[in-house]
Amino acid sequence: MAAINITNVSKIYAGGVEAVKSVSIDIADGEFIVLVGPSGCGKSTLLRMVAGLEAISKGTVEIGDRVINDIEPAERDIAMVFQNYALYPHMTVYNNLAYGLKNRGTPKAEIDARVAEAARMLEIEQYLSRKPRALSGGQRQRVAMGRAIVRKPAAFLFDEPLSNLDAKLRVSMRGEIKQLQKRLGTTSLYVTHDQLEAMTLADRLVVLNGGQIEQIGRPLDVYHTPASTFVASFIGSPAMNLLRGTREGTQLHFGSQVLDLGRAPAFPGQITVGMRAEDLRVATSGDQSLTMKVDYIEELGAQRLVHGTVDGKKLTASLSPEIDIGETMALTIAPERLHFFDADTGKRFGQPFANTGYDRLSAPAIKLEAAL
Amino acid sequence: MHRTKIFDHFILLFGVFIMVGPLLVALMTSSHEAADIHRNGLQILPGGHFIDTYTTVLTREGGFTGKITGLRMMMNSLILGIGFAAGKIILSMLAAYALVYFRFRFATITFWMIFTTLLLPLEVRILPSYEVMNTLKLTNTYTGLIVPLLASATGTFYFRQFFKSIPDELLEAARIDGAGPFKFFIDVIVPLSRTMIAAIFIIMFVYGWNQYLWPTLMTTDESFFTLVRGIKQILLVWVGSNIPDYNEAFALAILAMVPPVMIVMIFQRWFIKGLTESDK
Repeated sequence: MAAINITNVSKIYAGGVEAVKSVSIDIADGEFIVLVGPSGCGKSTLLRMVAGLEAISKGTVEIGDRVINDIEPAERDIAMVFQNYALYPHMTVYNNLAYGLKNRGTPKAEIDARVAEAARMLEIEQYLSRKPRALSGGQRQRVAMGRAIVRKPAAFLFDEPLSNLDAKLRVSMRGEIKQLQKRLGTTSLYVTHDQLEAMTLADRLVVLNGGQIEQIGRPLDVYHTPASTFVASFIGSPAMNLLRGTREGTQLHFGSQVLDLGRAPAFPGQITVGMRAEDLRVATSGDQSLTMKVDYIEELGAQRLVHGTVDGKKLTASLSPEIDIGETMALTIAPERLHFFDADTGKRFGQPFANTGYDRLSAPAIKLEAAL
Repeated sequence: MHRTKIFDHFILLFGVFIMVGPLLVALMTSSHEAADIHRNGLQILPGGHFIDTYTTVLTREGGFTGKITGLRMMMNSLILGIGFAAGKIILSMLAAYALVYFRFRFATITFWMIFTTLLLPLEVRILPSYEVMNTLKLTNTYTGLIVPLLASATGTFYFRQFFKSIPDELLEAARIDGAGPFKFFIDVIVPLSRTMIAAIFIIMFVYGWNQYLWPTLMTTDESFFTLVRGIKQILLVWVGSNIPDYNEAFALAILAMVPPVMIVMIFQRWFIKGLTESDK
C-alpha cells in the first residue's frame, strides 16, 4: 500500500504526437482514483505509463517513495486488470492466480494460502480447476481481479475492466469492485470512459480531455461545479444543457427569451449558460420562464426526459412523469442552479452568487420570483 | 431428403474408392510371388505370401553391401522425418518469436528476405548446400542429412501469423506477473501453439519422410538409406533376365506409408481441436 505521485508526466510518441500533456496527480494511500474521459483522451496511456507498459517521455511517477520510471513492470509492485481479462487461456484458474507468485519464488504453501483467500473473497473457489474458456464473462473478470489481489500489490490498476460485460453484470461488478477496494484499502487507479462508473466508484475523479486534466475532484464536486463546458457535458446523464446567451444588466438573453437574475454577476456579455436537466422545473403562473418547443420524450420510468428547443437550441429537461406535456412548455430554473462558462474558452466563472450549496435537499428548487 | 442422403454417400464412396483402391491393389499384390506378378499383372485378391514377403522385406540383409535391412531403412526414415519436423518447429518458432516480439530494426524486411529466399525449392540450392556439407565432412551423417534443411520459411510464416494473433494483453499481463522473454515463451507461447505445432509437425514429417534427392546426394553409405531409396533400389535390378521383386517393392511402399498415416491420425485430433477452439 502506498501513495502514487504523478508529476508533470507527458507521453510523446515517435511521430511527435503528444498523447499526455504534463499531467500531475497526487494519489493518497488507499484512495480510489478514476480517470475518465472520451476515447483518445490519453487516460489509458497514462495508466499504462504507471504500469510500465509504456515508457514515460517526461516527468516522474512515484509509487511509495520510489521513482519507478525505469523499473520493470514486475518490480513496480502493481497489479493490473485488463479490459479483455488477459487470462492465460491454457492455464487453470488456480494457475492463472498463482503464476505471478510462482515467478517471484513465493513458497508453495503461501501461494496456496493466498490463492485460497482470494478465491474465497471473489467466490470463485469452485472454479479453481477450470480453464478460463469454461467461465462466463463475469467469472473471468473475477479471476482477473483475483490475479491482482493475490499479489498484494501497492496499487491496483484497472483498464476499463467492465467494458466487456453486459449492463446488468456491470452494475453488480461495479459494486463488488468498490467494496473490495474498501476492504483491502489498496490504492487504485481506474480507467473508464463511462461517466456513471466514474461517479459511482471514485473517491476522486480525474476528467481528462486531449491529454490534459480538465478537473480533479470528488464526484459530487465535479458534478455540481464542473470546471469547464467539457466536464459539464461529459459528467452527468443526460448531459448538462449548454446555451449560448448574452448578459445585459441583470438579464440573460437567449435570443428573444429573457431570464432575470436579479443582480448583475461579474462576467462579460457573451457567455455559455449551463443547466442540469433535473434543475429545470415547469413554471407556474407568475414565474418567469423559458418557452421550450417539445420535440420528443424519453420515458425512464421514474422520470421522463423531455427533449426540445429553446430559441432553436437543444434543451433537455428531466420532469416527473405525472406532468402533462404539451406542444410547448414553460420551464424555469433557480438562478443558483445556473452554471456560467466563458463563451470562448469554456472555463467556468467562479460562483457568481454567494451561498449556493449544491445539496439539493437543503436548497430546494426556488422559483425565480421567490428567490429574488 | 432421403434420396439426397444416398446420393451424398455415393459421392463419398466414390471418393473412398479412388483414394483407397490403389492402396488395396498394392497391398494385395504384395502378397503374391514376384513371378506371379510379372506374369499376371496387378492382383486384387490376397495371394498367401503375405507374411513371407513382409518378413523378408523387413529383415533380409540386402543392398550392395548386403547389410541394410528394411527395418534399418525404416529407422533412418523415421530419424529423418522426426528430426526434420522437430528441428523445423523449434527453429521456426524461435525465429517467429524474435520477429514478432522483439523490436529490432528491419524486422519486417528480415522476415520477407527469409521468406522469399527460402521459397526457392531445395533443388535450386542443393549443390551449394552439398558443397558446404562436404567441406564440413558431414556427408554420411544424420547431422548432414537433417541440419541443412531445417530452416523453414513456411514454418516461420505460420508461426509469425499465429503469434501476431495472440493478444498483446497476454504479454503485458505476463510482464506484470514477472515473466521474462524466455519464461513467456515457454509458459505461454509454447502451450498456446500446441495445435499449431501439431499441424506443422504433420506437414514437416511427411515432407522429411518423402525426401529422396537430398538423402541420395548426402549418403553413399548404405546404412543411411531411407525407405524411399530402398524401393528404388529393388527396382534397379532389372538387368538381363532378372525379375525385379515386385512383391517386395509393393510391400516396402505399403510399409513406407504406415508411419506418416499414423502421425496424421495421432495429430489430427489436436489439429481439429485447434481449428474449433479459437478461444485465446
